[in-house]
Amino acid sequence: MTVTEDYIDASGGDWDDVIEKAQATSAERLVVNMGPQHPSTHGVLRLILTLDGETCTEARVGIGYLHTGIEKNMEYRTWTQGTTFVTRMDYLTPLFNETAYCLAVEKLLGITDRVPERANVIRVMMMELNRMASHFVAMATFGMELGATTVMTNGFREREMILDIFELVTGLRMNHAYVRPGGVAQDLPPGTVGKVRELLKEMPKRIQTMRKLLDENPVYLARTKDVAYLNLPGCMALGVTGPLLRASGLAWDLRKAKPYCGYEDYEFDVPVSDGGDVYARYRVRMAEMEESLKIVEQCLDKLEPGPVMIQDAKIGWPAKLALGPDGLGNSPDHIAHIMSSSMEALIHHFKLVTEGFRVPAGQAYAAVESAKGELGCYAVSDGSTRPHRVHFRDPSFTHLQAVAAMCEGGTVADVIAAVASIDPVMGGVDR
Amino acid sequence: MSTENERERDEEAANLPDKLGRERLAAPVRRTGMFGATTTGDTSGYGGLQVRGSAPVHSQRPFTDPDDPRTADFDRVADDLEAALGDDAGAVERVEVARGEITFHVRREALPQVARVLRDDPALRYELCTGVAGVHFLDDTGRELHAVYHFRSLTHNSEIRVETTCPDADPHVPSIVSVYPTNDWHEREAWDFFGIVFDGHPALTRIEMPDDWHGHPQRKDYPLGGIPVEYRGATVPPPDERRSYK
Repeated sequence: MTVTEDYIDASGGDWDDVIEKAQATSAERLVVNMGPQHPSTHGVLRLILTLDGETCTEARVGIGYLHTGIEKNMEYRTWTQGTTFVTRMDYLTPLFNETAYCLAVEKLLGITDRVPERANVIRVMMMELNRMASHFVAMATFGMELGATTVMTNGFREREMILDIFELVTGLRMNHAYVRPGGVAQDLPPGTVGKVRELLKEMPKRIQTMRKLLDENPVYLARTKDVAYLNLPGCMALGVTGPLLRASGLAWDLRKAKPYCGYEDYEFDVPVSDGGDVYARYRVRMAEMEESLKIVEQCLDKLEPGPVMIQDAKIGWPAKLALGPDGLGNSPDHIAHIMSSSMEALIHHFKLVTEGFRVPAGQAYAAVESAKGELGCYAVSDGSTRPHRVHFRDPSFTHLQAVAAMCEGGTVADVIAAVASIDPVMGGVDR
Repeated sequence: MSTENERERDEEAANLPDKLGRERLAAPVRRTGMFGATTTGDTSGYGGLQVRGSAPVHSQRPFTDPDDPRTADFDRVADDLEAALGDDAGAVERVEVARGEITFHVRREALPQVARVLRDDPALRYELCTGVAGVHFLDDTGRELHAVYHFRSLTHNSEIRVETTCPDADPHVPSIVSVYPTNDWHEREAWDFFGIVFDGHPALTRIEMPDDWHGHPQRKDYPLGGIPVEYRGATVPPPDERRSYK
């Protein structure tokens, strides 16, 4: 703690000391630490704010508290094992992480066109459900930070419906490692379509409830309208994409611009707003959820029976897994085959799983429109069974740079709204 | 007509097996042996195996492959970039087209100029830079550190990669934060993890690792770390020391 004639640095130390020393000086500027353990910093984000009374004159962002070395760790595992790591980056959008990674690996392998149709439809469906789940958390935590606990409980309740589907399909609520290079880990278990149809029937009502609660709510409007404004040139300069960019008036969406996983075959709109403020971002996210519902419905119609993993014995793992009480289990048919009828198949399976497949040397960049923006995966192979380098361009990482532009000159209360509207997840930021 | 013949002759010469073989042998050795055994003897007979990396790819025009829609605008982009760079066209050392992606390998001194042209030239208009990724190749002597940038044009819906290199002995690359402010944190990340110094960056400090950290963790000569784990009397070594396939 330092106190000078000019400012009071209260970024550490005992509050009693700070107050005592602050009373002895005429300085008005206060430097405070918000986080890294603050409930409204979405994990472990540290904001260093310079306050002049209620006004925030400078906002600095400190990150790195959740760095776990995922990119480095992946260089010591096979390409398939990589999905287990990437799913843990931005833990609210695990299926986007996995898909971006697998698209990059598939591009390196040159098998993009050979991924089965059914696998692509399942990927799209899971991603769109994930988009809704992520937006619900964005809305819920935002509500909580503004003191609206009903929004929080509602948001998490709605998200739970989606997580139930994830649990049914992948065996886990989070950290799925479901999307794999060449397809997905296993087919949809029986009863999935029915459960998704139930969700499609129920979810519009739930979204409507949330809209009723917030769309015209005077308190909500007062906290969000014209707050944390960022215009289109600002977005471009700072590399801001996703709902934030669309809330600044540009209908840019990778699903339309550079379709992947067959997005060109789906009919949906790209919601856009020109408010450029927190409220516009809220409206865009809400509208996106409604569009996601449309896509999920089309996915169900497109689901044709077929394989869900590439029909290439050198790459595809067995994908007919039995769902046990403890999650995804073994593949009984495959085990019977390798253990009792074919020695070669056993050798092959052993090689594929322990050694992994070789990926031709080279580099590839694949990007998906995640719930937060452009999630890019840059993968480099040196021709071996492990990545030479995998780098993720996480949207949250890039977007946090915009905090200063959004907050400086506003009130300290608006800092909370600004950070919440960015919807950063530190797992993805720090990786 | 004579130039046509000359070009054909050059192309033929470039594809001679002898030349290709020599190029291949000049390429750096990427790995030796088949298995990751460094402590025990490799009894497989593959211990002396040398796997070489591929020689640098020089793609020749046309860059656009009519059978691959992903490459549709590559010739246009290359022409526009060449025209926009004018006298500085030598900034682009070589162009590589692979897997439906185009990579411009740029001399590091020319990077800010290339970035400015990419952003400002109306024919190019790469408004969005999705950051820089460092890559470390221990065996690429004199060009160990690579800085890889991806640019996206929203106007023309186009995507390109720009790659530049610097040696470990002189790890400097000019910063492009003044052109693309979004690269602020990305360059700090590449400095933090690879030790690439981005000259001209407004505040090049560590971003993910603690400020007093020694070394740059994602370099290939930096160990993964980890401790052996004991389980029921047996010891499992940390991942980077395990015997495994390479």
